[in-house]
Amino acid sequence: MLTNFLFVGFPYVALVLAIVVSILRFTWRPFSYSSLSSQFLETESLFWGSSLWHWGILWVLSGHLFAFFLPEAILAWNARPLRLYLLEITGLSMALLALVGVVALIVRRFTDRRVKVVTSPLDVVLLAVLLYQVASGIDVAIRYRWGSAWFSTNAAPYLWSLLKLAPRPELIAPLPWMVKLHFLSGFLVILLLPFTRLVHFLVVPIFYYWRRPQVVIWNRRGLR
Amino acid sequence: MDIRSQVAMVFHLDKCIGCHTCSIACKNVWTDRKGADYMWWNNVETKPGTGYPTQWENQEEYKGGWVVKDGKLQLRLTSKGKFLQKIFHQPSLPTMDEYYEPWTYRYEDLFNGPEQDDQPTAIPVSKVTGQYIDIEAGPNWDDDLGGSPLYARNDVNLSALSEEQRLQLLSIETLVMFYLPRICNHCANPACVAACPSGAIYKRGEDGIVLINQNVCRGWRYCVSACPYKKVFYNWSTGKSEKCLLCYPRVETGQAPACFHSCVGRIRYMGVLLYDADKIEAAGLKPDSELVTAHRDLLADPNDPAVIESARKNGVTEQVLQSARKSPVYRFVKDWGLALAPHPEYRTFPSLFYVPALGPVTYSMENGVALNPTSTEEIFAPLDQARLPMSYLASLFGAGQEAPVRYAMKKMLAIRTWKRATEVGDVDLKVALAGLREADCDPEQAEAIYRLTSLCSFEDRFVIPASHREQAVEVLTNPLERKGAAGFGFREAPQRGF
Repeated sequence: MLTNFLFVGFPYVALVLAIVVSILRFTWRPFSYSSLSSQFLETESLFWGSSLWHWGILWVLSGHLFAFFLPEAILAWNARPLRLYLLEITGLSMALLALVGVVALIVRRFTDRRVKVVTSPLDVVLLAVLLYQVASGIDVAIRYRWGSAWFSTNAAPYLWSLLKLAPRPELIAPLPWMVKLHFLSGFLVILLLPFTRLVHFLVVPIFYYWRRPQVVIWNRRGLR
Repeated sequence: MDIRSQVAMVFHLDKCIGCHTCSIACKNVWTDRKGADYMWWNNVETKPGTGYPTQWENQEEYKGGWVVKDGKLQLRLTSKGKFLQKIFHQPSLPTMDEYYEPWTYRYEDLFNGPEQDDQPTAIPVSKVTGQYIDIEAGPNWDDDLGGSPLYARNDVNLSALSEEQRLQLLSIETLVMFYLPRICNHCANPACVAACPSGAIYKRGEDGIVLINQNVCRGWRYCVSACPYKKVFYNWSTGKSEKCLLCYPRVETGQAPACFHSCVGRIRYMGVLLYDADKIEAAGLKPDSELVTAHRDLLADPNDPAVIESARKNGVTEQVLQSARKSPVYRFVKDWGLALAPHPEYRTFPSLFYVPALGPVTYSMENGVALNPTSTEEIFAPLDQARLPMSYLASLFGAGQEAPVRYAMKKMLAIRTWKRATEVGDVDLKVALAGLREADCDPEQAEAIYRLTSLCSFEDRFVIPASHREQAVEVLTNPLERKGAAGFGFREAPQRGF
């Protein structure tokens, strides 16, 4: 029952809310979509915090996504111990970068007098959840080896089962609680996405690559 | 040929008295809000000086404007290949300390303070944190401080001067300064627009005003750095960038913007310029020495039938074409060659032009009495005897080239002498006429320049065609639908986040 609630109900609630609220927010409150950068108020410690956090977490996230989409490839790669170590060490060091980054961001947010002013309660919640997510990920990676192996055999099929609307929570039921908590806080991040500043992730300006340098809008003719 | 219309501006620096009325008019209308409190869309700087934000002209640090790299016009700040690398932290972004931390005073203490032996005081408090603040800088902290060690000595343009000139400029006996009022230049090739990753900044086709769509801006802040004039500002409260909007609700109805309207010295002119958008890129690729000419070549003659035809094709209305023919800006910039764009080497092609300050008359003195010029050499002697070296003005208005600045100054000096000769009569008319000729001017033009400079009425200074946007809006939306709604534009409280 609890397993069903936490690993079937909750993920669906988080996903559906993430999609629906993001779209509604984008349509009805487009003004609220912003990175809400505070670099203007404080730039030096942001350099370390933001750079380490973003680069670290982006690599870790792409690792997760890769294992989600191509679990067999990960397993095949892991066939040689050396390659397995390489993958795990890379993942772990990126996660450590992200950890240092998020800690630096938290310290900055609560010590800089100007940044404190632009900190909302949800910012605090988000930072706490992200800190837990990264810390628990590192803990799991160190204690329950090898993450890249069991992610591909258990977690990836479970996540796919959710997407295929035929949830199989039994796949991850036997995993240790620490691992399950990492899953849960991951779903929590997805849930928080549409309600917090995390929406900037949805509007990463990739269209810049295609657009012409100058934008001219004519009142009668529309965009040109 | 792709002729577009642009509302353009001339600021006549010789008339600027540095009163900051323009800044206050703008502040009261647009930026008296949380998050925008530190912004001065219009500010007045003392030159030589460091300006606002401090040393905004230092592009080594702020990476504003365009550069020619590998034969192509590129942003100094970023490129399509590189922009994502710096999205997490942008090294060239000025912080609040480069502007100033806005503050107010705790006035209520004056009334609510406890009874005591001393008078109560209103302590300064930060408008960001609300806490006590030790004020260290303000937006016009360099006001009138020509020659000061902290401000004038750190003016970026001084690098164009020789050591001797610098010493002379900063020594107490020969101090000199002039005012430089600045607003957004609404450039023909805006770097802010090109740098915006979200595509939120755009130039309006009808009048060339550059605006930021607040609903599309995501606060990536590339515009702030990319604008070489530092006239895009980051609202630290809403997480969006904002800039001067040239009071478009006023311009659309044919009125002068607030800063123009309130100008005490009547230094500001506004009128339509027609320009050829097809020529912009080629003009931007020109070397520094040809930039002033290339910029003037962009501006099209509103009496040329081919220009008129192309403009009509672009939907430029007859009314706009008509006011383009009466544009005071066109006369100052094109016909007379008196007005120059600030820092043309940034290659954004500003729509704001300055008539350089002539400064005080520096004719030779005898027994404490100034002598009037008796030859053309004497008319133009002040050019090279002036306290403000020509190379300084060349750095500011000529991309390092003295020729265009010298041309404008020469003409103004000649006209000054000519008017002295015709009005007061203590200068030989023949000498004055020879001076005019040497300055590429004739009595007729001199009279026209004199009138538009000194005797200009409101209607002479501001030739702004109403754009009848209300009619355009009616085509798109049923006005009755709007009747119950609140005003124009943004109808959501500009709050931070969700």
